Amino acid sequence: MKYFPLVWAALMRRKPRTILTMLSITVAFLLYGLLQGVLAAFTAGIDIAGADRLITVGKYSFTQLQPVAYANQIRAVPGIKDVAFQSWFGGIYQTERNFFAQFPSDVEPYLRLYPEVLLPEDQKQALLKTRTGAVVLKRLADKYGWKVGDKVPIISTIWPKKDGSSVWEFDLVGIFDCKDGATRAQHEYLLFHHEYFEEARAFGQGRVGWFIERTEDPSKNAEIALSIDKMFANSPSPTKTDSEKAFNQGFVKQFGNLQMILGGIMAAVIFTLLLLTGNTMMQSVRERIPELAVLKTLGYSDRTVLALVLVEALLLCLVAAAIGIGLAMWAAPVIGAGIPFPGFTGMKVGAGAAALGAAIAVGLALMVGLPPALRAMRLDIVNALSGH
Amino acid sequence: MANVFQQIGAVTAMNIRTIPDRLGISMVIVAGIAGVVGVLIAMLAMAEGFAATLASTGRMDRVIVLRVGSIDELGSTLGVEQARLIADVPGVKRGADGAPLALPEVYALTNISKKGDTTGAQTNAVVRGTSPDVFKVRPEAKIVDGRMFEPGKREVVVGRAARAEYANLDIGKTVEVRDGAWLIVGEFESGGDVHESEVWVDAAALHDAVRAQFYSTITLQLEDDRAETFQAFKDHMTQDPRLRAAPQREPEYYASRSEALETFITVIGYTVAVIMAIGAVFGALNTMYAAVATRSVEIATLRAIGFGGGPVVCSIMIEALLLSLAGAIIGAAVAYVVFNGFQVSGLNFQTFSQVAFQFAVTPELVMKGIQWAWFIGFFGGLFPAVRAARQPVVDALRAA
Repeated sequence: MKYFPLVWAALMRRKPRTILTMLSITVAFLLYGLLQGVLAAFTAGIDIAGADRLITVGKYSFTQLQPVAYANQIRAVPGIKDVAFQSWFGGIYQTERNFFAQFPSDVEPYLRLYPEVLLPEDQKQALLKTRTGAVVLKRLADKYGWKVGDKVPIISTIWPKKDGSSVWEFDLVGIFDCKDGATRAQHEYLLFHHEYFEEARAFGQGRVGWFIERTEDPSKNAEIALSIDKMFANSPSPTKTDSEKAFNQGFVKQFGNLQMILGGIMAAVIFTLLLLTGNTMMQSVRERIPELAVLKTLGYSDRTVLALVLVEALLLCLVAAAIGIGLAMWAAPVIGAGIPFPGFTGMKVGAGAAALGAAIAVGLALMVGLPPALRAMRLDIVNALSGH
Repeated sequence: MANVFQQIGAVTAMNIRTIPDRLGISMVIVAGIAGVVGVLIAMLAMAEGFAATLASTGRMDRVIVLRVGSIDELGSTLGVEQARLIADVPGVKRGADGAPLALPEVYALTNISKKGDTTGAQTNAVVRGTSPDVFKVRPEAKIVDGRMFEPGKREVVVGRAARAEYANLDIGKTVEVRDGAWLIVGEFESGGDVHESEVWVDAAALHDAVRAQFYSTITLQLEDDRAETFQAFKDHMTQDPRLRAAPQREPEYYASRSEALETFITVIGYTVAVIMAIGAVFGALNTMYAAVATRSVEIATLRAIGFGGGPVVCSIMIEALLLSLAGAIIGAAVAYVVFNGFQVSGLNFQTFSQVAFQFAVTPELVMKGIQWAWFIGFFGGLFPAVRAARQPVVDALRAA
């Protein structure tokens, strides 16, 4: 600690340089944090998936339609507590730009399966009583300016009605919310009754998209999933049942090598930083060679001089990284909530990402600090003082 | 006036000759800008490559017909009778046999593992139930290995990109399409367009496997690619209330299916580049302040013997811009070598299906990178240059 003033003096020797270098590093770690935030948003569904929920979809693709009668057969499987089914509606509000998810669902069991959907009791009762009723996530209601009591017209790009029209009108009877951004990202939809859908659609009667089950004992999930799939294996519509977590994981993988792309950007940022900071550090030490020689003349050991330069690099990198990651932690949820694209509300910088950032900062400090520190350590006093 | 240019030239030449002495710190501006330009070009090359793959699909003299209200092939459903009526709309070109050049197709998805994936994750690979006569309507496609599937048989031909992206799509192997495994009998190419990410089967065989008869879309060959021809056809079609279907020219349809993902990648690319550029400006300032500081005596001497402030500022700016250009060239070169032609496959949100595409580093993108580099270099050089010119001559000389 007694050497701190020496390190401080070295950093303050050329204040603009130190500040500019710090700002470069801060910006890089801000970017690192934000990219981690995007990654977190994409994988949020995996982490918050219910351990006791299973999803049954078509064996060949989750876009295949399944007989609705499967629900009753699944309900009879030992270990199943609750079953709900849903379909993909593919609707848009006014234009294709206003795309968001809508799910015709078996509403009552669905809401039991997802207690994280926070819908006021009176609105829930209103939904159960209203055939054309619908509830929507608050974020969507705010975005499109909908209030409870509004009639919301949604154009389905898949399902025409029997009368030939593709415009479906819903009575908005409730607005729900979720406790945090990650959960919100999973529930960014409009929910309405399967019965209304079934009666009004022009084709596809008796078929739905997928089934969601809750089991009594999550430790038996693998077994139960197998027995569900076995039941339908030889039917015209074989199924594939997975835990909700595995299903969400599979869905994220669909986006392609997102992890690889974001990882590539982060690597480029860190590498650039390495060159940038490394050169600045080298320059800074080179300028101070006579001063370091004086320290050695005064009796500072080689190791102490090495440590002084390393600590200087560590201090610079860690403080800058802390500011950058701190900024990202604050900004990520704000940005996530503001992005008009679905699925970003889960943006946040978790403890793991922050810790990894700190580790990268330490690694960076060692890599940029070590060469000049070694040079300082190996200084020959006579040559250094004579200016060679 | 000539004098000013001579002065700029003289000071700039002196600056540039001394860059090797300041190589370390000059690298800061070069590396910072190379990083920004490399990332910017790589991201935009990805967006560009994706959009180009979709936009190159189809021809202006063909139309794709979707159910009214549908925005993509997956969400569109046409009945068999409806498809037959659509093929008979006046304006559709007829083949040698007198039959309309019409291609009703089923668009479906199936899970095929990607190469290197051991988790059995979903992939939304496109299965196109088409006709053995598909090449009459899509002459750009051709079998390059094996043979075409036979009518009514559960056989598959795989696109070139699909074969490259997915595991075990080799001829002689099988792939799960519907109702079990189907034999792969051939591979097709289609000019690098979106169809190469697909696997094609016989529509009739697919109908049999799913025990339902319907199509998703119908693709029609018109007489020519003139806008009037298309408009006339469209008018005929909309006049018939039984059809309930809407035609789009093929390239327009496919290009429209790239908008969301292209915008998404572009926005991420620019956002990352803007943040990185801010960091690089700080790096550039560092370099140029150091450059000015090490030469404060030289600059003061020049001022003392009558060089103006303008030429000093100009020369430092030119140095900053030249270093920026070096950074841009390195960044662009790395992006080109590493990414140009690099094939990836991802989910197109708008069609819900996997598309393989290649990064395309175009000259326009390289020019854009150089513009960004100069922008960064300009701000990085400006303040140090002004400071150098403003420094009192006496102070600078005395400090030495």
